[in-house]
Amino acid sequence: MPASPVLPKLVGARVKRREDPRLIQGRAQYVDDVKIPGMQHLAFKRSDVAHGRIRSLDTSAAQAMDGVEAVFTGAQIAELVGPMSPGTPFPAPVHRAVAVDTVRFAGEPVAVVVASDRYVARDAADAIVVEYDVLPAVVDPERAMTGKPTAIYPEFPNNAAVANLPGGTGVSHDGKVDDTAIERAFAAADLVVSQRMVNHRLIPSAIEPRGVVAHYEPGKESMTIWSSTQNPHILRTAIAAANGLGQDQVRAIAPEVGGGFGAKINIYGEEYVAAALSKRLGIPVKWIEDRSEAFVATTHGRDLIGYVELAARKDGKVLGLRLRLIADVGAYNMMFTAGIPTLAALMANATYDIPAIRTTLTEVFTNKTPTDAYRGAGRPEASYFIERAMEMLARELKMDPAELRRKNFIAPTQFPFKTQMGAVYDSGDYEKALDAALKAADWKGLQAQRDAARAEGRLVGLGLAMYVEVCGVGPSSTMATGGWEHAQVTIERDGRISATTGASPHGQGNETTFAQMLADQFGVPMEHVTIHHGDTAIVKQGIGTFGSRSQAVGGTTLHLASAKVKAKMARFAADLLEASEADLVFENGTIAVKGAPASAKKFSEVAAFAYVPVPLPEGLEPGLSEEAFFEPTNNTYPFGCHISMVEIDRDTGELTLLKLVAVDDAGNLINPLIVEGQIHGGLAQGIGQAMIEEAVYNDAGQLLTGSFMDYALPRATDFPRFELHSTVTPTPVNPLGAKGVGEAGTLGSTPSVVSAAVDALSEFGVTHVDMMLRPEKLWRIIHGAQR
Amino acid sequence: MNTISMTVNGKVRKAQVEPRLLLVHFLREHLNLTGTHVGCDTSQCGACTVLVDGRSAKSCTLFAVQANGAAITTIEGLARNGQLHPLQEGFWEEHGLQCGFCTPGMILSAVNLLADNPRPTEREIREGIAGNFCRCTGYQHIVNAIQHAANKAGSAPSGPER
Repeated sequence: MPASPVLPKLVGARVKRREDPRLIQGRAQYVDDVKIPGMQHLAFKRSDVAHGRIRSLDTSAAQAMDGVEAVFTGAQIAELVGPMSPGTPFPAPVHRAVAVDTVRFAGEPVAVVVASDRYVARDAADAIVVEYDVLPAVVDPERAMTGKPTAIYPEFPNNAAVANLPGGTGVSHDGKVDDTAIERAFAAADLVVSQRMVNHRLIPSAIEPRGVVAHYEPGKESMTIWSSTQNPHILRTAIAAANGLGQDQVRAIAPEVGGGFGAKINIYGEEYVAAALSKRLGIPVKWIEDRSEAFVATTHGRDLIGYVELAARKDGKVLGLRLRLIADVGAYNMMFTAGIPTLAALMANATYDIPAIRTTLTEVFTNKTPTDAYRGAGRPEASYFIERAMEMLARELKMDPAELRRKNFIAPTQFPFKTQMGAVYDSGDYEKALDAALKAADWKGLQAQRDAARAEGRLVGLGLAMYVEVCGVGPSSTMATGGWEHAQVTIERDGRISATTGASPHGQGNETTFAQMLADQFGVPMEHVTIHHGDTAIVKQGIGTFGSRSQAVGGTTLHLASAKVKAKMARFAADLLEASEADLVFENGTIAVKGAPASAKKFSEVAAFAYVPVPLPEGLEPGLSEEAFFEPTNNTYPFGCHISMVEIDRDTGELTLLKLVAVDDAGNLINPLIVEGQIHGGLAQGIGQAMIEEAVYNDAGQLLTGSFMDYALPRATDFPRFELHSTVTPTPVNPLGAKGVGEAGTLGSTPSVVSAAVDALSEFGVTHVDMMLRPEKLWRIIHGAQR
Repeated sequence: MNTISMTVNGKVRKAQVEPRLLLVHFLREHLNLTGTHVGCDTSQCGACTVLVDGRSAKSCTLFAVQANGAAITTIEGLARNGQLHPLQEGFWEEHGLQCGFCTPGMILSAVNLLADNPRPTEREIREGIAGNFCRCTGYQHIVNAIQHAANKAGSAPSGPER
């Protein structure tokens, strides 16, 4: 037996992505690249008013156009598709895929065209004439809570989707509220900082808009649906149920997906309509979202007002927190809409040992595009409110913001730590992350630089933010879809490995990280491992990719399925080697008896034997293929510290981010290169929110920032080079010790940039500025105060 | 309908097209060159960037008839004889992409950038790709990727300052 080359350990290595060769050569297949003979194109006619009753809808001109197959109104679609149901337990209004009588946001579909090509389909949609009796638009969520200017749904008076939901200290599971502790905390305080803060509305803006191809095959009675989705298995479940088909009759495919950021979790009306029309007409249909449509038709993110009150002693010890939250959820409850703000409440404890907390959550319907998950989804909001309040408290107490944090941290010895909100933090060492950030940024040195710049008259500021987030979602008790993940690992007859995962990626590089893990686990070259995903005909079961769960839940499931098949393979190998399974080592493409390398059998030889087992070892079935479902017992709680330095131009109000230092602790890392990319992307979105991104509606409920000409998506020139560092605190929740990292970048960056801006403006007596930090707003602060 | 003829990735392509047909749809729908993507409808995102007579251009902003007689290079035509272009290599080496949707346009913009300025500073790189959106990477690894390609082409490293 010739010695094999020693294979390097891949877990923890900066391995180049295997996804890239197809992507950098234009050979990948996104949903708009799917073509099927006979395929027709859909275009939606959308409401151009925010709130109104449809008085008339004339499709005759559209129907008369050459190339138009059919036109369907909302009432006709309602005969084919039932109302769409959200995935949260909160009460929800009826939501039709295409509006029937009343439209409730600008951009809501009112009719759909089926035509021979997309230009004709668009022409026909434009030829549909709709007249509305316009109703008052509900735009301001706090005004909406008083029922003004109107109630959008009679069954939700005062537009409250959720009204004053209490949480925290003294709130029992059955909703009984005991305010003794929180009142005592505020009574004992030396000072209270109070601030209303707006965590404004954002547009997720994956560069690939949504799209769907549905192909129902009459005679086979089966449906194949391609969609730019984060969760093909959830899509399959939804589409089967909506079309009276079994889940065995529907195949959902997430092909290459061009980003999601939470906005491609929801199962959308366009997906239901495409499937239903393909079935009804017996032809394949395609719908690809325009960017202008994406701005109004794809869910938005954030939009949460926080009334924050932080009670503390003079020495900086925080005694209590009151956090009243008002979420503007838009016009309908989409899959996770109602759940997102509850995550903000859940994370109110942040990284601190706060003895008493009271959260109160109200969710309000308005005539706007519905909100749902957007990178961070509730946790950046919590982090923003608490960290801004901590900075305000530090300023009030004239304490170094880092020292104030240090005084209040949950100590490493307190984990697992049950928060006032009921979360159980798995593991953490917050002071270590803070110290790493202070050291990496040279905090004292930065303070000296800032002071020197100020002495020259420049407006320079520093901001620091800690964060902790809840990741690795489920478990199933928290998710209507189920909170587990599935994997199957097959050792093929030639010794190569095929694995499937339900964690369907959209840019996260799971094909690479999962192959790294499996290669190490079996001691084989990574090139011998193929990871399949995104196709329900190949991947038996799954949930999907969101909530920073790919590695912590999806990766763990693959690890467990691999362990099962490895154990079986060891039994075949033990038989061949006449050894005990416990004495075998899998390495360098061989299976050998420990300490006796000469005994080694090639991995492929053992695989071949497992498929032609003559004689079959007693008690074994032939073959090597095992699957696993993994249900996490708890979430993971990654954390970190972000530090920003900004300068504001005194003459123009323009803010420049000079420096951003991030320390992130995501537990054990599989591929640090990919992790860096994830953090960079999160930072860019978090900084984008602070500096330039904002969805703006006018009083009529029209989205003013309805294109990339008006909505400032960050460009390469908006950022300095980010400085990344890490600490490693593994989680005990899964055997990999991995916590998840997809959303982390959005958590600390936003408050750190805003706090730095406030610090830069401190000479004007400013204690808080709401985002986003546009030059005009900052210029007014600078020049208003000077006049 | 108008008759057009252009050279796409080195091959002559003739077609009858509607005057309003966008170049990007001609490439994608008529020639099945689906590596060129559509990410917006206002010429902001740059996902549709191709080379027209060697210069980067947003193919959603040109009608196919305007490219009559031109030589077009799309992402599918960038690698030669199975050999990746230095920018394609750079994007792979430096993890310059995640979802990959902006990548073809980003690479072709960078081809134009390095043709004009083979040794760009980091600031010049950031300005050179400011016509292309990426929502995944925060741009840092894209900058590294372009530096990688510039370094490979030149003998000394490109300027480190922003």
